[in-house]
Amino acid sequence: MIEIRNMSKIYRIGDVEVMALNNVSLDIEQHEFVSIVGPSGSGKSTLMNMIGCLDVPSCGEYYLDGMLVSGLSDDQLANIRNHKIGFIFQGFNLLQKLNAVENVELPLIYQGSSARERYERSVEALKLVGLGDRIHHKPTELSGGQQQRVAIARALVGNPPIILADEPTGNLDSKSGKDIIYMLKELHSTGNTIILITHDNDIAMEAGRIVRIQDGQINEDRMVG
Amino acid sequence: MSFIQAFKMAVKSIRSNKVRSFLTMLGVIIGVSSVIAAVGFAQGSTKSITDTISSMGTNLIQVNIMGRNSNRNVTYNQIKKFSEENSVDIAAVAPQSNSSATVKYGTNTRNTSVLGTSPDYQEIRSVYAQQGRFLIQNDLEGMQKVAVIGTAVVNDLFEGTNPIGEKVKINGQLFTVVGILEEKDGGQDEGADDIVIIPVTVAQRLFRSGTIRNFSIQATGPETVESAMKKLEEFLAKTYKDSDAFRVFNQAEMLENLDSMTGTMTAVLAGIAAISLIVGGIGIMNIMLVSVTERTREIGIRKAIGAKRKNILTQFLIEAIILTGFGGILGVAIGLSIIHFIIGGFELVPEVYSIPWVMISFGISLGVGVTFGLFPAYKAASLNPIEALRSE
Ligand SMILES: Nc1ncnc2c1ncn2[C@@H]1O[C@H](COP(=O)(O)OP(=O)(O)OP(=O)(O)O)[C@@H](O)[C@H]1O
Ligand SMILES: [Mg+2]
Repeated sequence: MIEIRNMSKIYRIGDVEVMALNNVSLDIEQHEFVSIVGPSGSGKSTLMNMIGCLDVPSCGEYYLDGMLVSGLSDDQLANIRNHKIGFIFQGFNLLQKLNAVENVELPLIYQGSSARERYERSVEALKLVGLGDRIHHKPTELSGGQQQRVAIARALVGNPPIILADEPTGNLDSKSGKDIIYMLKELHSTGNTIILITHDNDIAMEAGRIVRIQDGQINEDRMVG
Repeated sequence: MSFIQAFKMAVKSIRSNKVRSFLTMLGVIIGVSSVIAAVGFAQGSTKSITDTISSMGTNLIQVNIMGRNSNRNVTYNQIKKFSEENSVDIAAVAPQSNSSATVKYGTNTRNTSVLGTSPDYQEIRSVYAQQGRFLIQNDLEGMQKVAVIGTAVVNDLFEGTNPIGEKVKINGQLFTVVGILEEKDGGQDEGADDIVIIPVTVAQRLFRSGTIRNFSIQATGPETVESAMKKLEEFLAKTYKDSDAFRVFNQAEMLENLDSMTGTMTAVLAGIAAISLIVGGIGIMNIMLVSVTERTREIGIRKAIGAKRKNILTQFLIEAIILTGFGGILGVAIGLSIIHFIIGGFELVPEVYSIPWVMISFGISLGVGVTFGLFPAYKAASLNPIEALRSE
């Protein structure tokens, strides 16, 4: 369902060019659980943003469900992000002024669900990530792990087929990290495609496939387990 | 996403950023209220001046004699005769012989102005007796020592006794009070009510003044004012052979002069108003620009989870309309309150409310608020989500 062909992303700062992605090709099938690993600055987040339709490559093609993403309009991309992709960001990216349930229901607002349906589904998603008793807390009133779980609830509340998680365990203790990986495995078992970025080798091994990136290039792609 | 949803989201956003919302509204409030109050004050001042002049009667012509050539003078009788011959244009003439004198009742004395005139004065200048009577023709012909007095004089001299029929001394001569004038400006000292009116013939003898220098003349209608003035000028020119020796003027001319004066005043105040509107507008721009820059990240997050550009714009548009609209309504309320309670309350000038200026100031603030609320939001919503998310 994800086909990436010869994709490059070049950042130009003054005279210096940074090749964040260098001629990357990658296929990911439906219902896969893929870990992306690699050193800091190797281009993992850049690749993930391309997959999530948040950024546009400098060259190369990206087909999502057979559609060429570079040919889509701004609104069509918004629709894809809204319906097909649940993105868990490296730095949570919650709206600080809104409480947990208001943050979680945002994707549903843009899907056009009714207020009642939104509330019910958001509370359900928060219960699923173990925050049923924190639904009216603002991000500033939650711990880092709890904020990450709100972000996960927001990613899965719209039932998107693809979940993209950019270091969801990065700033958590190992116990909270394990909880979150467990949740992702649950989602995988219910049929979602999961792509997970991590620095932690043990966590990477939980996936069915590991893709290793170095200097913007894929230098290892293997099945595990 | 429905409009109601966008509206709810905008309200939520306004309420969760109280300081920012308040500052935005403050800009609008200052702009709108100061424009309304300033224009109200300007128009009130204009009205108070034009009202004073209009109250003098619309067909009034004033003749002033300035010539010192005493052997060739126009007398009241000559002007009266001339007027009667030209009754097509001239309805009435009243001489005005102004002096000041000491008026005494019992032991009370007062310095006041004494006007010698004829019965026609009451029609021409709308000065009527509220008690007793005004002057009559017999008073002039019979040299009757009668006086019609203003309320300021009544209050000062009579202390409660009914003045009608009482005797007062004007410069030592006894006069009988036959009437009390209607109050014109609240019985103030040195105002229109501080006056004693006596027959012109008596005044001329009392003050030994042969020449009457002022005449109030009433034209038969607004359309005859001009020809009456022309005839008067010709008549006076024949007597004086010097056009600088007299002046014939009419309140239409005064109103014209006044128009240019109050026009300048309105322009000055409109300038002040425009400046306050600009200051308020810049305040709105600042807050809107800062808050949207600050909110680019929010826009990035919303876009990343599926908001379309139009969803973002609708939300920001509604926010801007609510804030500036609400601020504008408050500004209108405050501006009108300033006119009512301060300008009107302290009777600085008459209260005048200008609907067009209310709408202009409200419209401009709304325009500025919406433009500067929407334009940066439009820019932010056009970024791709990652660029918007990276901004801090
Ligand atoms: N907006 C940008 N402008 C310029 N260079 C950028 C920008 N974003 C990323 N880069 C560069 O691209 C490279 C890849 O960045 P990326 O964020 O994908 O790394 P990463 O693998 O996710 O690292 P980490 O594990 O630390 O999150 C880095 O060298 C970074 O400096
Ligand atoms: Mg990263």
